[in-house]
Amino acid sequence: MPEQKTLATTGNLVVAEAMRQCKPDVVAAYPITPQTTIVEEFAGFVAKGKTDCEYVTVESEHSAMSTCIGASAAGARVMTATSSQGLALMWEELHIASGMRLPIVMANANRALSAPINIHCDHGDIMGARDAGWVTYFAETAQEAYDNTIMALRVAEHPDVLLPAISALDGFITTHSIDRVCVMDDATVADFVGDYESASALLDTDDPVLHGSFSGLGGPFFEFKRQQREAMEGARAVIKEVGAEYSELSGRPFDVIETWGMEDAETAVVVIGSTAGNARHVARELRANGRKVGVVKVRVWRPFPYAELAAALKGLKAVAVLDRAESFGAEGGPLFTEVRGALYDLETRVPVVGYIYGLGGADVRLELIERVYDDLSDIAAGSAAPAGLVYLGAREEA
Amino acid sequence: MKWDISEMGSWTYGQFPPGAIIPEAGNSNDYITGGWRSERPWRDDATCTQCLLCWIVCPDSSINVADEKVTSFDLDHCKGCGICAQVCPVDAIEMVPEGCELPGVK
Repeated sequence: MPEQKTLATTGNLVVAEAMRQCKPDVVAAYPITPQTTIVEEFAGFVAKGKTDCEYVTVESEHSAMSTCIGASAAGARVMTATSSQGLALMWEELHIASGMRLPIVMANANRALSAPINIHCDHGDIMGARDAGWVTYFAETAQEAYDNTIMALRVAEHPDVLLPAISALDGFITTHSIDRVCVMDDATVADFVGDYESASALLDTDDPVLHGSFSGLGGPFFEFKRQQREAMEGARAVIKEVGAEYSELSGRPFDVIETWGMEDAETAVVVIGSTAGNARHVARELRANGRKVGVVKVRVWRPFPYAELAAALKGLKAVAVLDRAESFGAEGGPLFTEVRGALYDLETRVPVVGYIYGLGGADVRLELIERVYDDLSDIAAGSAAPAGLVYLGAREEA
Repeated sequence: MKWDISEMGSWTYGQFPPGAIIPEAGNSNDYITGGWRSERPWRDDATCTQCLLCWIVCPDSSINVADEKVTSFDLDHCKGCGICAQVCPVDAIEMVPEGCELPGVK
């Protein structure tokens, strides 16, 4: 195993380091809290000559993603980063990038969407990009943010995939907290990601191609969407392959979901992002008191690991799904509806309860997670599940 | 290379180049757009001074020129926008109503 450097650093700084090590040809980005220190750090690398990347400063995220699309179509390896309103402003470009099958890799510092204006963590921004056709990794820690970013590039550029990918990390909690991170040396990362050679580069004048064609009424638009579905399904195997290779290189385990205590758990919490740590901490304490509880963390959100989740949650007496995003008018948050869907084909019905938590950076205190496990124990013992969606920790009417 | 798209209407999704790329240059010539026209240009050769202004402004490169002289219109691609008639300094081009015998109309 190659030697690694252990750093005390933040999620954002280590994402910038991963970007530098991945040797992008072009980075086009616009700063936005709490992503800013990623592009600031990367701009520093450019200024100090630590990368020969073409760094394009733009006047908005709409232009940032447009520039990334142009550069990627031209044949470049392209990376960027954004957050919240910035991701929202990229919305139409997100679909264009995936529809044009451009393997752009973007970090997203997960942050609430206005209004009211708020700069803190939730997943409202990234869940809004759920259907944009991007492979999406979620990090619990700064370490995972580093690892996910490097793996995402390999997956995106894989000929069986050729889709853009997001490496998401929780705003402030993961982006700005000092964390312990093991970083590989430049040569190891460069060797792992390899060189990117586009099969249809716009700047290849010997073999000219056209990007951005029209496919209107009577055209094969429908077939192109079918292709994208196939590419995203193909990503499942590639994510695992790349993950296994990376795991061997780094010594850090990887899977699309991470399970804790699930061998004999009777109840479990399903969660995405940094709150997985809180959930494990509470679960560990409850286990010390003889409660058979588990935690399932979703690390890859798109393609959604429904088969893995069904296998992990099969036979449980009750499951809670924690969503850090709303989908107003839906039965629950985006993770809740996916998990419920994943369990539908099981022979025995598993009761699933949905919780909304931590919107706009609301604190996720340990007693709130404990309350969730208590609810699950009650359900497992035969009590009725809470009626409707629970807003965990929100001040409610009496 | 000649990208054979004659059977495209029956291609399954796997047969299309990913990302709707067109893997061949210059093939827009094969795409007949003249059927979009409702008026066609008509040029009076006696009035025309061969200034070539129409050739410069035509957005569809549909003014055929040989030996620096306008010879005809490319009616397979002319969409009848009328810019040539508009800019002609001697009014040698007139837009006349199109009939039903249009190219590429099925």
